Amino acid sequence: MATVAEMPRETQTFTTVRTPDAAPRPVKVRGENVNVFYGAKQALFGVTIDIPEKAVTAFIGPSGCGKSTFLRCLNRMNDTIVGARVEGKITLDNRDIYDTDLDVVELRARVGMVFQKPNPFPKSIFENVAYGPRIHGLARSKTDLEEIVVSSLQRASLYNEVKDRLHEPGTGLSGGQQQRLCIARAIAVSPDVILMDEPCSALDPIATAKVEELIDELRTNYTIIIVTHSMQQAARVSQRTAFFHLGVLVEEGPTDHIFTNPIEKRTQDYITGRFG
Amino acid sequence: MEHTISAYEHELRDLAGRIARMGGFAEHLVNDSITALTRLDVNLAHRVIADDARLDTLQREAEELAILIIARRQPMASDLREIVAAMRISSDLERVGDLAKNIAKRVIAINGAVVQKRLIVGVEHLAEIALEQLKDVLDSFTNRDDSKAAAVRQRDEEIDALYTSLFRELLTYMMEDPRNISQCTHLLFCAKNIERIGDHATNIAETVHYSVTGHAFELERPKSDSTSLESIQP
Repeated sequence: MATVAEMPRETQTFTTVRTPDAAPRPVKVRGENVNVFYGAKQALFGVTIDIPEKAVTAFIGPSGCGKSTFLRCLNRMNDTIVGARVEGKITLDNRDIYDTDLDVVELRARVGMVFQKPNPFPKSIFENVAYGPRIHGLARSKTDLEEIVVSSLQRASLYNEVKDRLHEPGTGLSGGQQQRLCIARAIAVSPDVILMDEPCSALDPIATAKVEELIDELRTNYTIIIVTHSMQQAARVSQRTAFFHLGVLVEEGPTDHIFTNPIEKRTQDYITGRFG
Repeated sequence: MEHTISAYEHELRDLAGRIARMGGFAEHLVNDSITALTRLDVNLAHRVIADDARLDTLQREAEELAILIIARRQPMASDLREIVAAMRISSDLERVGDLAKNIAKRVIAINGAVVQKRLIVGVEHLAEIALEQLKDVLDSFTNRDDSKAAAVRQRDEEIDALYTSLFRELLTYMMEDPRNISQCTHLLFCAKNIERIGDHATNIAETVHYSVTGHAFELERPKSDSTSLESIQP
């Protein structure tokens, strides 16, 4: 598979400044010339990006820059918005996710999502995590299911805090615990990719630190894409950062590089707080 | 473009202003120490030693402000580089002040003994170039002028070469007449201090280059100080 840099110029309508990793990782998700329209309004312009596997990629940019729109394309959440139209190509492991014979339910199991506000189901902690594996038929027996629930809660660093009250409502947990419950729920269906849309913006600093610690652990097994308004968070948790502005992917590169020495002036102005 | 938060903008300007003032003060200390040397003015030498404390205070204040900005604003990219640069430059300038103080101490040690004019001329010339380097590099910091910083770095070779020839000259005088040894040794230390001031100017040039471009200078710079390899053949 050709890397983005090797693609013919004419497919890169909107120029993006790219800095490759010193040791590039295999590509998990790829966007090629992605345009998104909400009715007549175009929200994304020719976004082309390679997202490496088993790493955290952060999308940053001011409100309305298209970063969440692009994130939602990656598990076809935009399908549910009336009037939304996606052009271009998005692949997961080289497979076009907008292919007509692709099962969207299966796609969303492989590409999990965690939202800004923790949104546990109004059910027990156990049921919150068990729900996905059950409907996807991932557990053959009751013990199987229990195993999946426990290991998901463990991987989400929540198990020790909730092991004595698995059958109490998930909504009774603190905000930070609820968010980790949502991450456990996403992990339970064994996804490849986890999308996070500002997962810490409703959390206090300690709960945020726990979620960030978790993200750092999860990247050994999952490809994580996180949208965040906190530049410090992007700098802390991600290995690559992509900066969006006015629907265009302006610059993408290694996080260390973007936050110490970005190439594009717009990136520089945004991350130093110079945007009016 | 200015920061959205004007207080942040103000803090960064304040920091840059403090470094510029430190630079001006360091230049003044070097200048006075050389004047004290050429005129063998012990009073002026005492004043340089006393004034150096002021530079130390300025350095502490600049460093505290830099730390406060980092804690308060979590600076990124060019701002971060500029703050790191300010911290490095302030400690270089503080060292320049110490070196000026060292020269002043030598003036006091010579203590009015008659020093032959021809011996001092070379040291004076070396100091002129070092001061020019210091001035240019401070200008390059204030104007974020990378090419000027690069020129300063290139020119350090000149100071090194001059120092090496001065070293040989002073050795010759010492061999000519052992009564010259005391003065020549003091002058040699003065010359060494000036050469070190040039090195700090080079450090600052490298810091300015990093601050402006985000990269370190690539090539090893030219060096002409070979005194560490010299010895007298008996």
